[in-house]
Amino acid sequence: MKLITVSGPPSTGKTSVIIKTIDHLSQKEIKVGVIKFDCLSTNDDILYKRKKIAVQVGISGGLCPDHFFVSNIEECFEWGLKEELDILISESAGLCNRCSPYLRGSLAVCIIDNLMGIHTPKKIGPMLRYADIVVITKGDIVSQAEREIFAYRVKEVNSKAKILFINGITGQGTLHLADLFMKEGERENLKDSKLRFTMPAALCSYCLGEMTVGKDYQIGNIKNINL
Amino acid sequence: MKLEDEKGFDITIIGGHDKDGNPEDLNLTIYSGEVVSIVGPTGSGKSQLLGDIEWMAQKDTPTGRKILINGQVPDVEKRFDIDSKLVAQLSQNMNFVMDVTVKEFVEIHASSRKIEDSEEVIEAIITQANQLAGEEFLEDTPITSLSGGQSRALMIADTAYLSKSPIVLIDEIENAGIDRKSALDLLVKREKIILMATHDPILALMGDKRLVIKNGGINKIIESTAAERKNLVLLEKLDKKLLMMRNKLRNGEIIDCIGWE
Repeated sequence: MKLITVSGPPSTGKTSVIIKTIDHLSQKEIKVGVIKFDCLSTNDDILYKRKKIAVQVGISGGLCPDHFFVSNIEECFEWGLKEELDILISESAGLCNRCSPYLRGSLAVCIIDNLMGIHTPKKIGPMLRYADIVVITKGDIVSQAEREIFAYRVKEVNSKAKILFINGITGQGTLHLADLFMKEGERENLKDSKLRFTMPAALCSYCLGEMTVGKDYQIGNIKNINL
Repeated sequence: MKLEDEKGFDITIIGGHDKDGNPEDLNLTIYSGEVVSIVGPTGSGKSQLLGDIEWMAQKDTPTGRKILINGQVPDVEKRFDIDSKLVAQLSQNMNFVMDVTVKEFVEIHASSRKIEDSEEVIEAIITQANQLAGEEFLEDTPITSLSGGQSRALMIADTAYLSKSPIVLIDEIENAGIDRKSALDLLVKREKIILMATHDPILALMGDKRLVIKNGGINKIIESTAAERKNLVLLEKLDKKLLMMRNKLRNGEIIDCIGWE
């Protein structure tokens, strides 16, 4: 089974791009399933189910979504094998812009959109920098020049990635993404596989439910601004 | 100023098949400086044709078409290289989301194109855009406050001077107070291949030839006839008249003269 990790900030069109890409794969009788990681709630599973795509949802709730991802991905992979999938796609939102839920040896796709402003590529960090493919959506609502400037800024942050312009509404460009998915290698399991980048560090009193502001209440991994 | 020389560029489209699998009998070469209009009902496959060219299709898209660049099979690895994109697309939507002035905008674009000594190019772009737009804007006008016509004019001038892509796709230049003929002339002068999807008879007739798309395939190629070119002159006169009346209306005048002198 191939494992493909897809991530990107909220509302960039991850689900639309994935569904349109799966349409092409289904036509070739490739069986694809999706694990949707989210924080508080998601309705995206309904969209997948409507398309008869096997889907599982993981809601991290009070936990860091990245930590939640890495502590669940192996079981998700086993679910995919049991479902006899050809391709398993994990979809997760990069909520703190520090997330990078990519594994070495699995294709990593980052989905961002043209509306985020030209400084955003620098702010997103590891999620963009460590991706193999960067998909840029919503190109139809900005000018040609802005598309070019945005793509250039993406390239400054990640010069190695393949950049694809995809229209999530019409699906233009998803055929090529489907081709790239098919070129991805097979994996038997995720035993001892490694993350591409460390997770955001967190272990302090606030992680454990502390709500009061003040030095006396801060225990653990604390960092202060140098004012 | 340093600009890439695109002289002598040509593309060849080798036919595939339409949506029902009927063969598309086609071997069409388009040269730089040519204007080709694309006509056909909505959903007939105009965007797919463009998509095939942009992707340098090698019988690996739903239409089975093959694209040659300068008569050769292109290096498909270049498909993902943003610096060697073949098609610059002037989309119908002309919204700007960046919060900068016209000058800053063109500067950022020039720097992303690695053009040094950009002063001269920036000035040329703004002057050209103003000539196309009619309503004047300044270099320190914020791009988000440009009118539809001004934005379009700026993008056409910008594409003419800054885009390295040898092919420009225009998706219908609507009559938003912009001199369409000069816009095309400007792009042609910059040795671009212009592909223009349109339903507008004036624009369609401005093309050297037009491709008729039907059921996903190129159904016919029409070369403009002498009679068509004569009609174009007439249509342009009509269009000027309409523009004149629109300006009168705008200025609060009475529309009482509609004679055809």
